[in-house]
Amino acid sequence: MSKALALTGRALTYLALSLAAFVSIFPFFWMILGTTNTSADIIRGKTSPGSALIDNIVKFLNSFDMARVLFNSFLIAGLGTALTLLVASLAGYGFEMFRSRFREKIFGGMLLMLSIPFAALMIPLFMMMANFRIINTYQAVILPSIASIFVIFYFRQATKAFPSELRDAARIDGLKEWQIFLHVYMPVMRSTYAAATIIVFMANWNNYLWPLIVLQTNEMKTLTLVVATLTAGYTPDFGVIMVGAIAATLPTLIIFFLLQRRFVEGMLGAVK
Amino acid sequence: MAAEVETSGSMQDRRRGAPSSLARSEQINGWLFIMPALVLLGIFMVYPILWSLWMSFQVGRGMNFSFGGLTNIIRLTQDPVFIRALTNTLLFLAVQVPIMLVLALLFANALNDSKLWGRGFFRTAIFLPCVTSLVAYSVIFKSIFALDGIANQTLLALHLIENPINWLSDPFWARVVVISAITWRWTGYNMIFYLAAMQNIDRSIYEAAKIDGVPSWARFWFMTVPMLKPVILFTAVTSTIGTLQLFDEVNLLTNGGPSDATLTLSLYIYNLSFRFMPSFGYAATVSYVIVVLVGVLSLIQFLIARDRRG
Repeated sequence: MSKALALTGRALTYLALSLAAFVSIFPFFWMILGTTNTSADIIRGKTSPGSALIDNIVKFLNSFDMARVLFNSFLIAGLGTALTLLVASLAGYGFEMFRSRFREKIFGGMLLMLSIPFAALMIPLFMMMANFRIINTYQAVILPSIASIFVIFYFRQATKAFPSELRDAARIDGLKEWQIFLHVYMPVMRSTYAAATIIVFMANWNNYLWPLIVLQTNEMKTLTLVVATLTAGYTPDFGVIMVGAIAATLPTLIIFFLLQRRFVEGMLGAVK
Repeated sequence: MAAEVETSGSMQDRRRGAPSSLARSEQINGWLFIMPALVLLGIFMVYPILWSLWMSFQVGRGMNFSFGGLTNIIRLTQDPVFIRALTNTLLFLAVQVPIMLVLALLFANALNDSKLWGRGFFRTAIFLPCVTSLVAYSVIFKSIFALDGIANQTLLALHLIENPINWLSDPFWARVVVISAITWRWTGYNMIFYLAAMQNIDRSIYEAAKIDGVPSWARFWFMTVPMLKPVILFTAVTSTIGTLQLFDEVNLLTNGGPSDATLTLSLYIYNLSFRFMPSFGYAATVSYVIVVLVGVLSLIQFLIARDRRG
């Protein structure tokens, strides 16, 4: 009796997991399939591959200046990520290695600020960028994203595992504090940097709301904004949009499959 | 100045009795390392949030402001679109977050079984959605839920519905699509947190409970869930914050429609500021509603979690 029950439970588990896996993967399948079909076929729910792939790709490439769009996306995500990592690791190192009661209070205050919604910042930030006269520039997108409390917290947590003997040894060797950070801490913590790079790059690459507000001309648009722009209007061409969606997803998908463990580590990072 | 005060009250034992020049350089270095972050946070977070608070008491259009006292707050209570956006946002929160967290918890529990066949595959598959960009998955969902789209085709073929559902043009179904989309995107993300926490639980206590004849549902409910409480709290708070700021999906899937049925607070703020003649003061007031909601809900969740622990 109880054995039959256990068996049924097991079967139900597999059924539920299979269903969940199917639902999770289907939109990816749909996206790939969609690149080969015409827009009309996609919204008619055609489930077989079509012959519109080349046509869709050509139309996508001609819709915007794609070289420029890719350059914008990679520059914003890349530079933003490098600066975030630098600032956050400096702060994480500083908070953890040089403790003082007052700085602990600041750190506590920062944790409270974690829950400040971006919606409450976007209007003043927009007006600030307008005052600086840098609307529609790369710096307008990058500047507000550099100092991320989440990433600072992540680095502080990771720094707890950094052996302070290494620092003491380097001090005896006469290295200055910034040299210790550059030549000892950074190489030792490279796996932390790798995990943080993935997460921060992905967040920057996918960012939508803030770039939508500050990037206003076509030649400044990122890939994410281009896909969104293609979707707007009364008769969006879904075949072309699917090509754009793949292009927008591909970098993070590749990173995920190449560095799955790091990827997950990065996501879990701050809670450890 | 501040540095002087702290040195005397330093908490670190090893620094006690050290020459004061060393303590001083420790202080200076401590500040230097965190300075870039503090300056940036000050300019791009602390200052804007205070500015936003000040602005929420200003009235006027475009860049012309004048002090309006409580005008904006009174306007909130009389603005049917705001009430709509607020109820929609709270509805998404109340329905979507519990569904997603329960699903994530159940999947994590199933996948935590080391004897489960195909564990790696299932885990990767369920996690995969959170690799997609919000914009990309929103447009994919838009095509899936087109009037003649694959969702309707499938349901019709299975005889679950008799007529195609006008997903994105019907207020009820548009909400269902938005909730399904967010759940699709974020369930695997939360699951990963639960899985990681479950793997830290000592397996021997489960073995002991098994020998004592505790059924698996009871092991899950009375052992796993209580031990995961901190992680559940974390995911509940982050999901709450995320849902209260919902923008990308509704902007792309429905643009808040039909007739504001999926308008969220963030989308309303965006519309007030950047779509119509900007009404920054009033938009800032709406944005402070989110600030207050995030604060209050996080506090409630925190208190519940603490209460249950005691």
